[in-house]
Amino acid sequence: MPLSPNQADLPRYLFVEQEKIEKIARRYGLDFFPVVFQMLSYDQMNEIAAYGGFPNRYPHWRFGMEYERLSKSYEYGLSKIYEMVINNNPSYAYLLEGNSLTDQKLVMCHVLGHVDFFKNNFSFRSTDLDAGEPITDPVRKRGNEYDPNRRWIDKMANHGAAVRRIVDRYGIGRVETFVDNCLSLENLVDPWSRFVRRRREELVEEEPRAVEVPRLRSKDYMEEFINPEEYIEEQKKKIEQEREKKKGRHPASREQDVLLFLIENAPLERWERAILSIVRDEAYYFAPQMETKIMNEGWASYWHSKMMTNDVCDWTEIVDYAENNAGVMVTSGGRLNPYKLGVQLYRSIEDRWNRGQFGPEWEDCNDLDQKRHWDLRLGLGQQKVFEVRSLYNDVTFIDEFLTEDFALEHQLFSFGWSNRNERFEIDSREFKNVKERLLSQLTNFGNPFIFVEDANFENRGELLLVHDHRGVDLRNDYANETLAALVRIWRRPVNLATLADGKKVLLRYDGKEHSSRVDAP
Amino acid sequence: MSLKIDQDHSRFRAIVRGKIRQNLRRYISQGELIGRKGKELVSIPIPQIDIPRFVYGDKQKGGVGQGKGDVGDPVGGQEAEGDDGQGQAGQDAGSHVLEVDVTLDELADILGEELQLPAIENKGKNRIVSAKDRYTGIRRVGPDSLKHFKRTYKEALRRAVASGIYDPKEPIIVPQHDDRRFRSWKEDVEPVANAVIIYMMDVSGSMGDEQKEIVRIESFWIDTWLRRQYQGLESRYIIHDAVAREVDRDTFFRTRESGGTMISSAYKLCGQLIDQHYPSSEWNIYPFHFSDGDNWSMDDTLSCIELLKTDILTRVNMFAYGQVESPYGSGQFVKDLREHFAEDERVVTSEIRDRDAIVGSIKDFLGKGK
Repeated sequence: MPLSPNQADLPRYLFVEQEKIEKIARRYGLDFFPVVFQMLSYDQMNEIAAYGGFPNRYPHWRFGMEYERLSKSYEYGLSKIYEMVINNNPSYAYLLEGNSLTDQKLVMCHVLGHVDFFKNNFSFRSTDLDAGEPITDPVRKRGNEYDPNRRWIDKMANHGAAVRRIVDRYGIGRVETFVDNCLSLENLVDPWSRFVRRRREELVEEEPRAVEVPRLRSKDYMEEFINPEEYIEEQKKKIEQEREKKKGRHPASREQDVLLFLIENAPLERWERAILSIVRDEAYYFAPQMETKIMNEGWASYWHSKMMTNDVCDWTEIVDYAENNAGVMVTSGGRLNPYKLGVQLYRSIEDRWNRGQFGPEWEDCNDLDQKRHWDLRLGLGQQKVFEVRSLYNDVTFIDEFLTEDFALEHQLFSFGWSNRNERFEIDSREFKNVKERLLSQLTNFGNPFIFVEDANFENRGELLLVHDHRGVDLRNDYANETLAALVRIWRRPVNLATLADGKKVLLRYDGKEHSSRVDAP
Repeated sequence: MSLKIDQDHSRFRAIVRGKIRQNLRRYISQGELIGRKGKELVSIPIPQIDIPRFVYGDKQKGGVGQGKGDVGDPVGGQEAEGDDGQGQAGQDAGSHVLEVDVTLDELADILGEELQLPAIENKGKNRIVSAKDRYTGIRRVGPDSLKHFKRTYKEALRRAVASGIYDPKEPIIVPQHDDRRFRSWKEDVEPVANAVIIYMMDVSGSMGDEQKEIVRIESFWIDTWLRRQYQGLESRYIIHDAVAREVDRDTFFRTRESGGTMISSAYKLCGQLIDQHYPSSEWNIYPFHFSDGDNWSMDDTLSCIELLKTDILTRVNMFAYGQVESPYGSGQFVKDLREHFAEDERVVTSEIRDRDAIVGSIKDFLGKGK
């Protein structure tokens, strides 16, 4: 493989390590895009981390805020970013200057796990820039070599250039305020829309025909008795009203991709539409990563620990490795650590499929002793974990493989807010509760379900959003602020139907004041 | 090195500055910032700057955790900031407050903007100069500690190439004596303006803790503002009841005596301090006196006024008197001062009823631009 100029920047000794580790990874069956490692100083690292892993983004103050936070917590010794890798083909990964060789090797192993995941997990198919829509085949391969266009580095840089051009024309203040509004809506996307056919071609709008009320046949002189004028008028009105009502329904059905709806329907200027599209594109780029946080980190950790302990470390390094690994895997304050949960789940799957602890016979067996010593020596573990990494996301992963035994063994619990003691408390160790809580948290990336219901609410051109309430209220102050952002895009009053404390509430913002009305439609 | 993110970062800082300015009056009256002052930075807690979204409310949210504990046990501690993005599932207890560091200079600027304080007029006391060393040049001789390695090796490389002994296959460069290069410095002369603040406070029994707290808050902001105006700023502290003595800053705010009050003793000491250490030709002098307005006798008040007229006022930029209202003080002194110095611009008086009045009194004191 010829060296890219970037790779040439990597010190020779690390490049040698990279080649060694890649060889080992391939032997284990990992299948990854080419990886370009770059060595960064800590402030470069913080900069890139603030930009979400990319060297170049559109200008916005929140990146500056993130940078300040990262720099400060690094300078105070609170945290340090060991590794960062972006879903791109080729993948770019960053190494922190001044880390020990053991650390760098650990990062390399971990990164290869991530890149294998990017390439093979079905969620990430939607980030193929050359994918025709819709993406329906989760394991599609193009010939033998799956080599999609994922040049998101370029795309993000182009977004940056586009926004900068807009800034040159309209001024940073105006553009940044608009970006703020767009970002408020960033999470209002439909994570599944990537896999379903997008909207049907709009039907050619038919000219509304004049209303004609069918008349009974009659002789001339009987006409006004059989088809009395008043009755005909009445019918005419009725039909017109109905038609009017139907016409008012836009969108025809609920729309979860609020951003797309606004791009297509809000009265935006061209530059505004361009920015909203950029924000939406990037939201969909980051969606798979949020959808597979546990699986992705778990997979990378699974492989770094396997490769480091079996192949890469020699005896002088193993203690350093173990210490670092323990730091990554730690559960502090009883909080769930996705790295740890993920890796433990993969190991449990591997173990179960090696021993044949699955299928109806296993499920039906009630003999604890027999279960404990159940071992069919099938050796299917490796095969199974590879299959799982391709075909699942966090929700289905947890749903299928987090078993009662697992929850018990790994001491999972659910916690909630206690009004009496004013603190978060463990509220259950029941398997059912724990799993339900975890799944509901992961569903829709932990975002509330918000739909566009009606773009002509109460026939006043107002927007009506509906919150599909699933047991948890919205945070009120944020909801009001977000409505304000929506009004600035929709340019008409915006309403949100939700529940608060068990009552139906309609939140409304008309551009001047917020109001809320109990008992919404 | 300049980073791309610098622009985004500076816009974020501008937003922060705006927030601080918005909340400045609250910070001042609550004295929040004083404990947060480092040598050059103040750490200011501001409400989280965030992009609002539709999100779930915190309290019903709950989550899933891992570890020991029975039902009903509290979930331990705050989420630790670990690796990037750790703790996705089940984070968030309580809201975060953003701590931003602001330099004292910046804080002074914000104060100046918010209270519309004028910059202080130049008194023409810039005759004093100080020399500063800057490493700007390169020379051939110098101490080893200043050796410039890069230049030295460049020089050696140049020599090697010129003399034909350089072999690209085996690029070994050995610097010789003549190749050595050293950093050299230049002396820059800068005019400096020095200032001294002489704080005087009545610590007699009638000054309670709240009164002292007000003085403390006020002195913090006066320090901050004057430090911005002068390169070198010194502070001296004098406490007095019936007698006066000079103390350090800590003692100044802690001491509580029970004796009577003779303000003239402090003014006398102040005059002596100026005589001994701060010739008015070289120093900008700012005496600030705080009391609850009770003085021992009218005679003493008259001798205070005499001292001010003859001794102090001739040598200082301005004389500031702040009267903190206390339940015990008569509040007479400020009236006497106003009576005698109504025409004199160098005397600034201010009455501070409570903490909310601090902002106004800072403006009284510093709004003259002296």
